[in-house]
Amino acid sequence: MALTLYSYDLSVNCYKQRLLMSILGLDYETVLVDFFPGLEHKGEAFKAINPLGHIPVLIDRPDDGDGDDFVLRDAHAILVYLAAQYDESGQWYPTTNARLLGEVSQWMLFAEGTTNTASAARLHDNLGYDFNIDEVRAGAHRLFRVLDEHLWFREQEGQEWVCSASHPTIADLAIFPDVILSEEGGISRLDYPALRRWTDRVRRLDGFVLMPGIQPV
Amino acid sequence: MASVVHSANVTVTDQRCTDPVVLNLWHPIAAVLELEPGGEHRSRLLGAHLTYGITSVGDLWASADGQELPVIERYGYLWTSLGSPEGGDSLGIPFEIPEAHEPDRRNMNAGSFQVATSAPRAIENFLDMGHFPYVHTDLLGVEPHTEVADYQVDIHDGEIWATDCLFFQPVAAASATGGQISEYTYRVPHPFCVMLYKNVPTDPSRRDVIAIFVQAMTEETVRVHNFYSMVDETTSDNGLRRFQQVIFSQDKPILENQRPTKLPLDPRVETPIRADQSAIVYRRWLTELGLTYAVIPA
Repeated sequence: MALTLYSYDLSVNCYKQRLLMSILGLDYETVLVDFFPGLEHKGEAFKAINPLGHIPVLIDRPDDGDGDDFVLRDAHAILVYLAAQYDESGQWYPTTNARLLGEVSQWMLFAEGTTNTASAARLHDNLGYDFNIDEVRAGAHRLFRVLDEHLWFREQEGQEWVCSASHPTIADLAIFPDVILSEEGGISRLDYPALRRWTDRVRRLDGFVLMPGIQPV
Repeated sequence: MASVVHSANVTVTDQRCTDPVVLNLWHPIAAVLELEPGGEHRSRLLGAHLTYGITSVGDLWASADGQELPVIERYGYLWTSLGSPEGGDSLGIPFEIPEAHEPDRRNMNAGSFQVATSAPRAIENFLDMGHFPYVHTDLLGVEPHTEVADYQVDIHDGEIWATDCLFFQPVAAASATGGQISEYTYRVPHPFCVMLYKNVPTDPSRRDVIAIFVQAMTEETVRVHNFYSMVDETTSDNGLRRFQQVIFSQDKPILENQRPTKLPLDPRVETPIRADQSAIVYRRWLTELGLTYAVIPA
């Protein structure tokens, strides 16, 4: 196989893929998309790859040129595929444990929410995107409060990660970037101590990589 | 973080600027290539609400709260002013960057990013080499090469020039193939614009120009226009932009956490070290200009 990621360095959704591939030790090629200011993802050439005009896109190409390229869009779908296909430990996307898999899916949907609020606020504040800033910030705080409480109860049970397992899953990786960069959207994490401790744990994972704007622990 | 408050409790940072020094400057607003012909764009400048754009026949325009403003195009950007920019002050005339006119130069906007900081804080951060190994690790600096050697700072023709700035850099530019001792020259030709000249990795006889043109949206929020004028035949536009955007994104959280957000001009307020010589001169220069916007005057 040969993996290619269409990516932009400052995109949280692209960073999620880089993070998982680094943790899994996967080699891949990057095609840089001029997301800003070039808006290349909205151009005709890119839309031939993803008609929805957004990044990231993953291409998994068979080594021997035999068979078709597998093309996948949407950040969280790509996490599912990469973990299911390439994680030999089976922990990142636990396909054999129905309850745990359900939880992973639940928190992946939660991550759609943090992307649409916390990361939308970041796009507003960094790049001048036209979002209702008060609304998206308030939405992010609602989600952060829920996650902070959830993680606090997990800690009381001696557990460190979002889902009911002794190890992290792709749900942790899907939520983490929106949370750790929230201050770029004017969303403080001061009131969420359990959330802050969890971001420290994610940053200590083997294979963890930074994205610009994220500080090491 | 500054906010727009339409009530009696208008925050200081969002008030319209009354400082004539700043009002009479030209200010960068947007990269012309990024304007949609016939469209209307919105932003802030010095607390005022701006609309601006380019007509379908290519004429630039800008207005603030309904009032038409003067416009010019320089280095690929639309510039405007809320005051009288040709009032005889040499700072009022957009400065020259002769290198940008060379035929093989690649001039571009590497990106316009909003930051919750004041314009002078952004300028000072750009002038500071001391943070390279810690913030731009493995790119513009690396431990243990943390020493900032003494450099020269002078004021020529109303501009600040810092020369003989030497620093070890693992990856000095997108075209670099290994570490090098970079020689920088910094230039501050405008209170909210700063540039650096650095030797081209592939041709040390020439110098790349990297600048930030800072649009003070309010006293404590800015939009930073990253201008590149490069001698680089091989790296794609996207590759050049990527390098600058990564560097800039690493600076952003540092800038946004500095307090106070406005720049204190009193030399006793923040204790400088020798490496901060350019910042010392910059603060003194702002004081001598009589600038009061986005600073805490001495």
